[in-house]
Amino acid sequence: MKILVCVKQVPDAKDVRLDPKTNTLAREGVQSIMNPYDRHAVEAAVRLKEAHGGTVTVLSMGPPQAAEVLREAVSCGADEAVLVSDRAFAGADTWATTYTLAGAVRKLGGFDLVLCGKQAIDGDTAQVGPGLAWRLGIPYVTCVRRIEGCENGLLRAQRLMDDGYDEIEVELPALLTVVKEINEPRIPSLKGKMKAKKLEIATLSAADIGAEPQCIGLAGSTTQVVRVFAPQMTGGKTMITGTVDEIVDQLAAKLEALR
Amino acid sequence: MDYFLTEEQQMIVDTARQITDELIIPQRAELDEKDEFPREILESVAQADLFGLYLPEQYGGFGGGCFEMVLALEQLGRGCIGVATAFAASALGAYPILLAGSDEMKEKYLPEVATGKKRAAFALTEANAGSDASGIQTTAVLDGDHWVLNGTKQWITNGGEAQIYSVVAMTDRSKGARGASMFVIENTDPGFSCGPKEKKMGIRASSTTELIFKDCRIPKERLIGKVGSGFITVMKTLDLSRPGIASLGVGLGQAALDEAASYAKQRVQFGKPIISFQAVQHMLADMAIQIEASRALVYASAKHIAAHPKDMSKASSMCKVMATDMAMKVTTDAVQVMGGYGYMREYPVEKMMRDAKILQIYEGTNQIQRNVIGQELNKEYT
Repeated sequence: MKILVCVKQVPDAKDVRLDPKTNTLAREGVQSIMNPYDRHAVEAAVRLKEAHGGTVTVLSMGPPQAAEVLREAVSCGADEAVLVSDRAFAGADTWATTYTLAGAVRKLGGFDLVLCGKQAIDGDTAQVGPGLAWRLGIPYVTCVRRIEGCENGLLRAQRLMDDGYDEIEVELPALLTVVKEINEPRIPSLKGKMKAKKLEIATLSAADIGAEPQCIGLAGSTTQVVRVFAPQMTGGKTMITGTVDEIVDQLAAKLEALR
Repeated sequence: MDYFLTEEQQMIVDTARQITDELIIPQRAELDEKDEFPREILESVAQADLFGLYLPEQYGGFGGGCFEMVLALEQLGRGCIGVATAFAASALGAYPILLAGSDEMKEKYLPEVATGKKRAAFALTEANAGSDASGIQTTAVLDGDHWVLNGTKQWITNGGEAQIYSVVAMTDRSKGARGASMFVIENTDPGFSCGPKEKKMGIRASSTTELIFKDCRIPKERLIGKVGSGFITVMKTLDLSRPGIASLGVGLGQAALDEAASYAKQRVQFGKPIISFQAVQHMLADMAIQIEASRALVYASAKHIAAHPKDMSKASSMCKVMATDMAMKVTTDAVQVMGGYGYMREYPVEKMMRDAKILQIYEGTNQIQRNVIGQELNKEYT
């Protein structure tokens, strides 16, 4: 099985500051780590490889120093690492990021399974996994807390919900985003670290993946951060019952009222 | 202090540190409280390749030596001496095979030890034989193609948790220490069993049991080295392993200082943090001096020993005495700095003080170490 894991280098959550001008996270002088959810995605991929055979490739879009997290993933059992890096990618929102990642995935020749962390702890959008799946035209399952089995091109997974979990069967190729409950990531081994140290990391530029200039980086981004604030948790729950049409009408009316 | 480690050595330190910080420290109090063997932690240690750190690459090891082992054990010792002992005991059990075993024996056992799939143990001590190895009463008698062992070993670390045991038994009691031989016993051998887990003052995460041999028959090839060479193999093994025990002392001392100093910074009495009082400062300063001096001696000894010099026993014993006596003193002082809080189980230093004591006792008491050093000096000044 060919498995791809998307990983992101993020500022360590212990050391988070906002840039008052741009309302984005200050990254200068802040310790960088692999996005914690992505560590679980790498572990899930390596366990699948150990159980079913195959290869694990890790992919990251970021500046050259993002190679660090790719090396970390290799020290934890991934086989190959690819960095998509170009000045033209700077300032990308999730829309432009998924465009770029999808271009890289096609360039690499496709995979049976793509794994992502549920979300990155810097942007916290949880959009890149589903967005990438949409761009690749493959099904996706978010918030996977357990992979139960994988055979004959079908994968069974448990999707974590607020009040339990869903059992989902999905046809491969597919994309999963994982939550921390899925596993306990291993500590990098000495031999893995030696391998990671020596590994040549392939780098793909915008031209390498054939990206259209207007679709990447700031130019390709459809959103911008206007304000950063902590939303209030409302927590209330309303059950809408009836036939499908009735439910849709009621829901539409509620949305209309909120507009 | 910077000891100018190579990139590879720093990698070993980082790996052991991560295991210590992420796995050992959060669990050590519970393991101690419940006398629980740290199986899951050791699985992670195995996955990180540390079990093969000192073993040659041809047996699946990392190709390190005494110094690399010292670096790893210092970090693990900072977390929990019980867990670190369970780890180190496997090396102690494998060294006789590595040092004196046949090629076939090494190929059979060392790869499994290197991956951590199997744990080893070292069995010398008996009710009437510890410091005085010539008092061993366990016997091995050749019967056709088999050795038959009878006797009981006492206080064996990893007893019941190891699958491979390096065991010392007398093959000719009339020759005293020169009549001792070493054998590999597997946990599934007929006539072999382990006693119940001993209840100990410290290092409670580690397992300590009796080993009982009742007409235990093993193939002839399980003899390690030659008949009568057991005592020499034991001495060579301990020369290599003692710097590891010394580094546990360094790690433990460091952990105790870290706790005591951070406590002293936040504990306020008479309107000031107690670290501002000279009485406390001097205690902390003495702790820091002794720890760094011990670390320097342990590192230097481990590097010296790697070259297998003639005086390796002396170097090995010197660092063991210094670093483990230091650990006892520093952990006791850490409890003192923390006062009543230090004495409570809620804080980690009382466990550190209980754990420190064994370092002065096992792998040769510090009194025996001083004998070794004294005898070497006696030889040097002819």
